[in-house]
Amino acid sequence: MDITGRKLFVRALQEEGVDTIFGYPGGMVTDLMDELYKTEGIRLVLPRHEQGLVHMAEGYARATGKTAVCLVTSGPGATNTITGLADAHYDSIPLVCFTGQVPLNLIGNDAFQEVDIVGMTRNITKYSVTVRERKDLGKIIKMAFHIASTGKPGPVLIDLPKNIQTESGDSVYPEKISIRGYKPNESVHVGQLKKAYKLLKSAEKPLILAGGGIHIGRAQEELLLLVEKMKVPVVTTVMGKGALPAHHPYYVGNCGMHGRYAANMAVSQCDVLFSIGTRFNDRITGDLNEFAPKAKIVHIDIDTASISRNVVVDVPIVADAKLALDKLNEWAEPKKTKKWLEEIRAWEEENPLQMRKDKGMTPQMIMEGINQAFEEAILVTDVGQHQMWASQYLEFGGKKQFITSGGLGTMGFGFPAAVGAKIGNPEVPVICITGDGGFQMNMQEMATAVAEHSPVIICLLNNQYLGMVRQMQQLFYGKRYEATCLRRRITCPLDCKGPGENCPPYVPDFMAFAKAYNARGIRVHKAEEILPALEEAKLQKDVPTIIEFMISSDELVLPMVKGGNPMSEMILK
Amino acid sequence: MKNRWIALYVENQVGVLAKVSGLFSAKSYNLQSLTVGTTEDESVSRMTICVTSDDITFEQIKKQLNRMVEVIKVIDLTNVPLHMKEILFAKVLHCTTAEKEEVFQIAQVFNVQVADIGTDSVLLECKLTERRNNELIALLRSKYRHIEIVRGGAVAIESISTSCR
Repeated sequence: MDITGRKLFVRALQEEGVDTIFGYPGGMVTDLMDELYKTEGIRLVLPRHEQGLVHMAEGYARATGKTAVCLVTSGPGATNTITGLADAHYDSIPLVCFTGQVPLNLIGNDAFQEVDIVGMTRNITKYSVTVRERKDLGKIIKMAFHIASTGKPGPVLIDLPKNIQTESGDSVYPEKISIRGYKPNESVHVGQLKKAYKLLKSAEKPLILAGGGIHIGRAQEELLLLVEKMKVPVVTTVMGKGALPAHHPYYVGNCGMHGRYAANMAVSQCDVLFSIGTRFNDRITGDLNEFAPKAKIVHIDIDTASISRNVVVDVPIVADAKLALDKLNEWAEPKKTKKWLEEIRAWEEENPLQMRKDKGMTPQMIMEGINQAFEEAILVTDVGQHQMWASQYLEFGGKKQFITSGGLGTMGFGFPAAVGAKIGNPEVPVICITGDGGFQMNMQEMATAVAEHSPVIICLLNNQYLGMVRQMQQLFYGKRYEATCLRRRITCPLDCKGPGENCPPYVPDFMAFAKAYNARGIRVHKAEEILPALEEAKLQKDVPTIIEFMISSDELVLPMVKGGNPMSEMILK
Repeated sequence: MKNRWIALYVENQVGVLAKVSGLFSAKSYNLQSLTVGTTEDESVSRMTICVTSDDITFEQIKKQLNRMVEVIKVIDLTNVPLHMKEILFAKVLHCTTAEKEEVFQIAQVFNVQVADIGTDSVLLECKLTERRNNELIALLRSKYRHIEIVRGGAVAIESISTSCR
């Protein structure tokens, strides 16, 4: 029996096991919304802006491991998703995003709310397609879920013209799909892997570099096993944070632009760099000519195109992280690395990661408070200084998951992503660590969090500035704080060098903001107030809490390597 | 840096050409020519692509193409014996009778057809290699002030291997 496109749409979602979708209505998706109204078992979350919507879906996908589903209307609804889709593409997050579209016969006529969203998203999605014939609808949705969730995951966009939604056609949703141009790698080249293993085995100063691929491939246990069997130290990228538990004796820390001194020294001194699931982004390598200069490099990644792009490697291996690590664990034998570990420890002692302790509350104290207050948590950050402090001082691994926008570095990501993570994991405490700049980029989602009874705990580090840029202005641009002071008003002097007594009050008042949304607000000025505030926030079961931490404006993220410099040239103080 | 050739099998669908050409602009790859047409299988198109690049970039280009869902197969034709032709029309305008005769001679030497002729103009239809077409254009340009050129980009196919002959 034939059914309408809108009915098949809902059937497809049910067959895919979708229980939550993030949707915003509009003229070209009213039919789909109406069909969802009649459907039980699918929760429709209504964010307040489509950018927040996609970030929410990203948080949901990262926290649950499921493919998240977005539904927005044509035109502005579709264009508002672009930043979120690009973010998901960069960080390999599985999403299927449905956009409404004007009827096929109007496409190209500059119809009301018509945009070529497929054209706009072609290179920020894994796959992007307009459904042109009703008979293809089932096949295309099946393809979308398959492509989004396999290989290197990513967002897929399906543009659904209005007439396809209402047209009758085949009722079957295919169980399987074969795509001739898409065959993700499902095996590992044993010969190459053996070569890599021999290299690792023969090394005197071996080092494992673990990236976000460890998390995407859910290979944390396999990595731990390998590390313990072979006694090889590990450094991580920001996205790889938590690949090894924070206090593990072989875990050195993050490497890269704001990495630990010992971690960057280890990279520059190691003789074999065994990297898994990273694309050697410039934030990790710095000056490419000086990156791991003494090392032979092994690179395991699921994406062929990530290998030998930024760094030329000695042993390239295209494989899923879990699969490769499983195989390696069959061969793994202990290595003598005591001397090398001691060398790394000496670097750590020489320049440990720490902030000053003499003048009031520091970000380090806030992060340590969070470490102490939560045994299990999903920790989501926005982008900026607080993100780097979180990556430096928060403890991950085990029951603590880290979600952050690593590739695109999208301000405004954190709060909606945290709401999405909470919606997917109502039992787990979700903490959003954000800044006063980034939070304002999507703070309209407070309404969503309240409406969905999502008691996210927002730790807002307010330094009154767009701190990461301010830091660059302070260090490299003669303290010319152009466009970074969030207290600035038109009446302020042009050459202002920092906050003083005559500054105008900060807007918004985040406590009044919380109140306006019926949420909790707690303002923290002193270190001893950190833990009580977190404990109080924990008690909230229905509404979000904003804990606003008033921190100093001149706090820096250190160590720091200037963009393009070698990683050994760290600014430490 | 040198010229390299790729044969690309892609899904014959709306937007695939835009996606492939978009890759070259998005990643600043140096695209020399791109032609596309359907194959013996109507659902498949074949592109012939020429790029100028170094070895590392070329490897990356092939990987990036391979990664696209719509790309079925990437064949590197750079070091493969192949047949390659490019269609080119060249109009020589405002020529004297003597010049017209000269154009006929050039046509003979280059082994191209005279497709049309007017009182003071000649139209040449050429199916030569890209290089030979370049040579012809250079010659016409040096001799005549008014010429009009339209060329189609090269298409290429692998030679039949000697063992199959």
